[in-house]
Amino acid sequence: MNIERLIVMANQIGDFFESYPDVELAKKSIAAHIKNFWALKMRQQLVTHVLEKQGSGLHAMVTEAVREHQATLA
Amino acid sequence: MNKPIDFGTPLKHSDTHISLEIDGQEISVPKGTSVMRAAMMAGITVPKLCATDSLEPFGSCRLCLVEIEGRRGYPASCTTPVDEGMKVHTQTPKLADIRRGTMELYISDHPLDCLTCAANGDCELQDMTGAVGLREVRYGYDGENHLKSEKDTSNPYFSFDPAKCIVCSRCVRACEETQGTFALTIQGRGFDSKVASGIEKFIDSECVSCGACVQACPTATLMEKTVIQHGVPEHSVTTTCAYCGVGCSFDAEMKGEEVIRMVPNKDGGANHGHSCVKGRFSWGYATHKDRITTPMIRKSIKDPWQEVSWEEAINYAASEITRIKKQYGTDAIGAITSSRCTNEEVYVVQKLVRAVFGSNNVDTCARVCHSPTGYGLKQTLGESAGTQTFDSVMHSDVIIVIGANPTDGHPVFASQMKRRLREGAKLIVADPRGIDLVSSPHVKADYHLKLRPGTNVALISALAHVIVTEGLVNERFVKERCEWDSFEMWRDFVARPENSPEALADDLGIAPETLRAAARLYATGGNAAIYYGLGVTEHSQGSTTVMGIANLAMATGNIGREGVGVNPLRGQNNVQGSCDMGSMPHEFPGYRHVADDATRALFEAAWGRPLSKEPGLRIPNMLDMAGEGSFKALYCNGEDIAQSDPNTQHVTHALESMECVIVQDLFLNETAMYAHVFFPGASFLEKNGTFTNAERRISPVRRVMTPKNGHEDWEITAMLSNALGYPMPYKHASEIMGEIAALTPTFRGVSFEKLDKLGSIQWPCNEEHPTGTPIMHIDEFVRGKGKFFITQYVPTTERVTQKYPLILTTGRILTQYNVGAQTRRTDNVAWHPEDRIEIHPHDAEDRGIKDGDWVGIASRAGETVLRATISERVQPGVVYTTFHHPESGANVITTDNSDWATNCPEYKVTAVQVNRVSQPSEWQREYQAFSKEQKVFAGKLPNSAQVE
Repeated sequence: MNIERLIVMANQIGDFFESYPDVELAKKSIAAHIKNFWALKMRQQLVTHVLEKQGSGLHAMVTEAVREHQATLA
Repeated sequence: MNKPIDFGTPLKHSDTHISLEIDGQEISVPKGTSVMRAAMMAGITVPKLCATDSLEPFGSCRLCLVEIEGRRGYPASCTTPVDEGMKVHTQTPKLADIRRGTMELYISDHPLDCLTCAANGDCELQDMTGAVGLREVRYGYDGENHLKSEKDTSNPYFSFDPAKCIVCSRCVRACEETQGTFALTIQGRGFDSKVASGIEKFIDSECVSCGACVQACPTATLMEKTVIQHGVPEHSVTTTCAYCGVGCSFDAEMKGEEVIRMVPNKDGGANHGHSCVKGRFSWGYATHKDRITTPMIRKSIKDPWQEVSWEEAINYAASEITRIKKQYGTDAIGAITSSRCTNEEVYVVQKLVRAVFGSNNVDTCARVCHSPTGYGLKQTLGESAGTQTFDSVMHSDVIIVIGANPTDGHPVFASQMKRRLREGAKLIVADPRGIDLVSSPHVKADYHLKLRPGTNVALISALAHVIVTEGLVNERFVKERCEWDSFEMWRDFVARPENSPEALADDLGIAPETLRAAARLYATGGNAAIYYGLGVTEHSQGSTTVMGIANLAMATGNIGREGVGVNPLRGQNNVQGSCDMGSMPHEFPGYRHVADDATRALFEAAWGRPLSKEPGLRIPNMLDMAGEGSFKALYCNGEDIAQSDPNTQHVTHALESMECVIVQDLFLNETAMYAHVFFPGASFLEKNGTFTNAERRISPVRRVMTPKNGHEDWEITAMLSNALGYPMPYKHASEIMGEIAALTPTFRGVSFEKLDKLGSIQWPCNEEHPTGTPIMHIDEFVRGKGKFFITQYVPTTERVTQKYPLILTTGRILTQYNVGAQTRRTDNVAWHPEDRIEIHPHDAEDRGIKDGDWVGIASRAGETVLRATISERVQPGVVYTTFHHPESGANVITTDNSDWATNCPEYKVTAVQVNRVSQPSEWQREYQAFSKEQKVFAGKLPNSAQVE
């Protein structure tokens, strides 16, 4: 799937959880949401984008969430 | 045909019972019951004409007079309440004289054409004439009378014959009490009294054709045209309407296999004998000439369709699915279940995907409507469904309607809500547009929060800010019922100054003092209920708003009893059911995640196949991947994504890119024009099963005629499954419900037998709640403790610019339904023959647009052309249209923006420019040519049409 589309979707998720005062909980929630609702290939693409392109275009918190919860996501 | 008993006056509820004697018979009835009803309850019929048990007593016909010992005169039994120890006589020589004299007067001004009258055998006037023993009319028939009054046949569905009218006012009262439209009145006095619809013709009046007046009429004055044409029906079958999420119960009144009329069932749990124009009259699409009843296949969408046998069509579809699965893998195939089909039919489609296709690539139209409801309510309350019954509104003191237009979208429930409002409940409407509820006869919103499109979350946060900072939180409820930590986090968030009505006033376009007053009313006005619709969900922050609504209900303790709650007004007849049945790509039936090992093991054991633990693709994911070339086959069951889904060009490109599109539908819909296999579907009149409405009410759908296509829809899916090597040996839909009940805890107690006995059941229905659960979350939330979520307002990226300075928002209209596939094939087009764009007079004047002009509407996604309606219903800067006609191309303009949590499209906010034009858009010209070509390919137009 087009990575640009996935970046938009992931950033919207990041926008929602960004306001959580507990950053660790926010990142965990971002990863959990993506894990629960995205198909495996979409998750794998996102993880690859974070690892290979340093999450270019991604919300910083989403990049961190994907990096920290990589094993769960893909 | 057995007619339901008419008790004459409505049922009264009271803990106190009154004992009395009627014609020597002792009876005890609830306090407040009329003498007439008490008599009927004792099996004693009192003659009547102006009374019927759907209406409050009126006491005008003078037929129901009785004698009461110790009282003077002859009181009307309909308006006289029972009293302790009362002794009533309903039949005495004096009463007989009075009644006969009264009937004589009625009949002296009534045509004596009973033998040829459409109501012959179904006429209360005829019955009463016999009951009172009238044998002659002493006055003759030559005096002044109304017999030459002109008949009004302007309404497509019923006629009004004033010559037969006895001016009993039942129609006028039904319009007022039952429907709440107040379109009818009694004009004139004395002999000149007549029923009038305000102006000359019904069709031009405020009448909404709900049929309540026709239902109430005791004579042939207001009569269905189908009865006039075909005669009175001879048997009836109780079933459930296939239009909106109210789920009205109807008696399909039949002659053989022909529907004569659909009559609302007064025992219906959702509708209590009321109906709207769609359910009551707009069922003719089932036998429309456009229906396709023979399967068709073709290699390419550039080829003509080839009619084939069911066996050949099924085998061809199965071979294509097998080929594509082998060539591209399981991820390249998916299905869309239908929110118009039954629970049983949805269940077998998702089973086919999971057990046979081998993935969770199944989705449903809830994706584009109420998926944020499913997500938001599951997160906060623990269950993806509304919390109340419709009847609950009768206990509400404050009603908030956010982003919903019940009088158009859910008209039967709207009538009930309006009744409560007339009784004095307060109303807050939050909507960018002036919907009917804001101001209509005897209903006026206390506050109309006319927010800007796309600012729902700001609104919810501002309301919450007032509740929290002004000390209006119900802390006892929160402490007892909710997660305190989550509450504290939410409380601290909404209390921030940036969430105050003052800080958000510019974003919202609402005066802070108005918003503060509305918040106070919600929090302190007694039982407060929130009703919401697609104006909440179809936004980039749709899920956030749903969670915000749940936050408000929990914070004020407005949940867990009658009169309160969170009430999503769900759109299609079975959209709740289709979600319940596991149509979402991450959930099995009963909203259990596919990654849950125990649940998956349960289904694997029952279905005998390994099942995937990975969430499947959502509809937009499928379409994106199809356009990119990696998604190749779609089984689209009773949905029309080419018309209903946003960014039409994107959808049609995706469909064109697939190698096998299988469409199962009644008609060659817009999506079918891109299909390779067409399975003709069955209408709701041709199948057995169940629908689940917006209040979780499971209602029976019963077959009243043989399927014109030869099969109920679940049978077609089962045939496809069989051909793919996975037998689905069901013999009847009830067996599928048996399987659902065995595998789904919330449905464990549901069966066809129980539905036949109870009429309908609200889930959860199980050992704990054997007859269902009307109100949810009474003692505790389904998730245990209610959970608050922070609702940060994030403005949509779809913003106005100099190039696109207006915001387009979309909606529905009463007489049309969804993509219009059904209603466009009925006489409802008399009211809504085309989609129009509403524009404020200021915006129209700036652009030199006059009412009725053709205007181009351009967005970042595309352009279409519609005629303009200049209206102050919309605010300056906002335009509005409906999407019921495919040639309108409303979704050519809408964009790919979607909800962050669920990908529900942001239909409600599209930046556009509007200008006068003189010709259709390029998309419309291409659409016309393509549509014509496809109709020729299907044999629905002659070949010559293609070259015109």
